[in-house]
Amino acid sequence: MAENILARITLPEQARKGEVVTVRVIVRHPMERAVDAPGLRPVPRKILHTLRVTYAGAEVFRMEMSPGIAANPYVEFTTVAVESGAMVFEWQEDGGTVYRREARLEVE
Amino acid sequence: MSLHRRTLLALPLAAAAAGGAAAQSVTGESFAAAERAILAGRTPVAEGVTIAMPPLSENGNAVDLSVKVESPMTAEDHVSAIHILSELNPFPRVAHFALSPRAGRAEVTTRIRLATTQSIVVLAETSTGRVHRGTREVIVILGACVDGG
Repeated sequence: MAENILARITLPEQARKGEVVTVRVIVRHPMERAVDAPGLRPVPRKILHTLRVTYAGAEVFRMEMSPGIAANPYVEFTTVAVESGAMVFEWQEDGGTVYRREARLEVE
Repeated sequence: MSLHRRTLLALPLAAAAAGGAAAQSVTGESFAAAERAILAGRTPVAEGVTIAMPPLSENGNAVDLSVKVESPMTAEDHVSAIHILSELNPFPRVAHFALSPRAGRAEVTTRIRLATTQSIVVLAETSTGRVHRGTREVIVILGACVDGG
């Protein structure tokens, strides 16, 4: 479980039960897409291909990415506040590396 | 050997069509094939999808894209998948989002790369088996691909 990735996760600290909260995630990553053009040395593709978000015992969001996603991938989604706990973000990179971050949501 | 005039006239058209297909073959899947594979025989309804995107982008390297799908997001009727497809990027399948009723709303925002001026197509699959389709044209001045896509 590699840890050297810079991620910024933005979500409200608190929410009422049943409220729909917006989650914003940006992560520093070049999303190397293996450009092959004259005068360029081909680089193997290395992108984050999946982001999984689990919260309160279930996967609440999943994004599958292609080289068509901009570098430093940004995503914004919503989830219903069900209980206080950790929201776990897991990025899978080409080559099998998995990066993991957590954010806490307090539900009253 | 009897090549009729009509057949001869159609030749450049056929060649152009073949060239267009070749330009898309980076992943071996064309835009049309990707859309057909997602639809799997279903006919999409052209409503319920709102795509927010700048109509003109000077730079295709990072273009904001927001998708909103009208849905009650209940256990019986919710959006289960949102697909972002690009007509003229080297990879037609740009992104795929898996949602559940726990999303609350069927809304996602991200930033994508665009090779050139084209249409973006969004397909939203619902738990009831219906597919919603939305499309949006974007003008790109400087594409994200150095080789022009």
